[in-house]
Amino acid sequence: MSALYHPTVARLTYRALLGRRRAMILFLLPALLVVISLAVRMLTGVDDATANSLLGGFAIATMVPLIGVIAGTGAIGPEIDDGSVIYLLAKPVKRPTIIVTKLIVAIGVTVVFSAVPTLLAGFILNGNAHNLAVGYAVAAAVASVAYSAIFLLLGTITRHAVVFGLVYALVWEAFFGSLVAGAKTLSVQQWSLAIAQKLTDETVTSDVGLTTGVILLIVVTGAATWYAGHKMRSLTLAGEE
Amino acid sequence: MTTIAIDNVSRWFGNVVAVNDVTMTIGPGVTGLLGPNGAGKSTLINMMGGFLAPSTGSVTLDGAAIWRNEQAYRHIGIVPEREGMYDFLTGREFVIANAELHGLPDPRAAARKALDTVEMDYAGSRKISTYSKGMRQRVKMASALVHEPSVLLLDEPFNGMDPRQRMQLMELLRRMGAEGRTVLFSSHILEEVEQLAAHIEVIVAGRHAASGDFRKIRRLMTDRPHRYLVRSSDDRALAAALIADPSTTGIQVDASDGADGGLHIQAVDFTRFTELLPRVAREQGIRLLTVSPSDESLESVFSYLVAA
Repeated sequence: MSALYHPTVARLTYRALLGRRRAMILFLLPALLVVISLAVRMLTGVDDATANSLLGGFAIATMVPLIGVIAGTGAIGPEIDDGSVIYLLAKPVKRPTIIVTKLIVAIGVTVVFSAVPTLLAGFILNGNAHNLAVGYAVAAAVASVAYSAIFLLLGTITRHAVVFGLVYALVWEAFFGSLVAGAKTLSVQQWSLAIAQKLTDETVTSDVGLTTGVILLIVVTGAATWYAGHKMRSLTLAGEE
Repeated sequence: MTTIAIDNVSRWFGNVVAVNDVTMTIGPGVTGLLGPNGAGKSTLINMMGGFLAPSTGSVTLDGAAIWRNEQAYRHIGIVPEREGMYDFLTGREFVIANAELHGLPDPRAAARKALDTVEMDYAGSRKISTYSKGMRQRVKMASALVHEPSVLLLDEPFNGMDPRQRMQLMELLRRMGAEGRTVLFSSHILEEVEQLAAHIEVIVAGRHAASGDFRKIRRLMTDRPHRYLVRSSDDRALAAALIADPSTTGIQVDASDGADGGLHIQAVDFTRFTELLPRVAREQGIRLLTVSPSDESLESVFSYLVAA
């Protein structure tokens, strides 16, 4: 592990991530979730159905992918854009180490800003009845890993990573996925919900089975990370004069 | 003793050839890479820095390929042209981070020494975002020097610097060269290269146009025919007086705009002509209204060099 993690790369990455204006969304979305949960709890009391739809509809479907986009693309995209990545590349540090370190930071940030507030919101909404809070929080954490890897790869291969990320997160996962059955199988959200389904005794439902979901999560995360490391090895700077 | 060897290197982007079959060797001392904007200097430096693979040919550091060889960075320090550099850090934090990435045993001490070398220790605790262009450039230098590399690559290092900062950086690079390091910097400004580098490599339109001692190349440039546009109170009398002198080889009276169209003068002896013109004008009682070089663009100088 030590060979794949560099503390200096990690420090630069998280300071860049949290120091940017875009980072406001990292704080705003979880705050919004907690505030809504408090309001719902005060106005309607404990209601499993409301808890389920708020955690599934807002936390998992919207907040987790958005935070994943910001953390995943933000962990590398801006450095490539402004050329400062050269200070990482011109060092005797293996390129895959840079990618894996950035992935770990992106996962950490996404988990802290999505899974933790999801857990908190779940407890506020129904006190973890049916294991709902834990189930959704675990789903959020698992989805954080896959989103971070996918969006980190996007940040490595395109300057428009945020746009592509948002299109995937909002259009594909939220909109297209509800219309086309096949799209649901290719959805990080559904894979992570498969785990939540198991943990909540099917209070939460997913369109894919547990085994399929877990396999796809592992394959996609691994493949995206490997390819990002590969792209990083051949990353060229200041191409066209 | 560290040498970068560029051997039959070409690099193209799609249909555009940026570097065309270049072969050169960069050894210890200061070398200037001179060429107009867009000539391929950055592409070449990026290949020497391992940020770009040559399409054909090889770029090696003491025999080892630089592309995809991160160990080469133990010997190379790079000062990129682009400005992006973790503006949220202080100058000192930035240089320390670079030292850590190099795996140095005492990053703080190395950073202190490097900041000292570029005389930026006093501003080390300020955020980079508050730095002037010259300060940024010096901190970039410090980050490139922190591991005491034997090779230093600088892409247009003097861009945007004021004259004093320019002098300081030149002094520093001269010192690095005298210490036996291999220092290569690119520039599109002749005077910069002249002041700093004894050895120069000229790149024009992706091709290696000239190489060698600066004095030789400078002589080629001063001795080339210079063209001037001169307007005066009596163009014809002036032309008659000038053409007798061997420093001019051709004078054309431009009659297109009527009487004051001016003279197009070709001078072969630059120094002699610049003394001759005012003297002749004074003796003949002619007032000079315009004296302007009509071919001083860098491109014309470079195209002359390529032809030479």
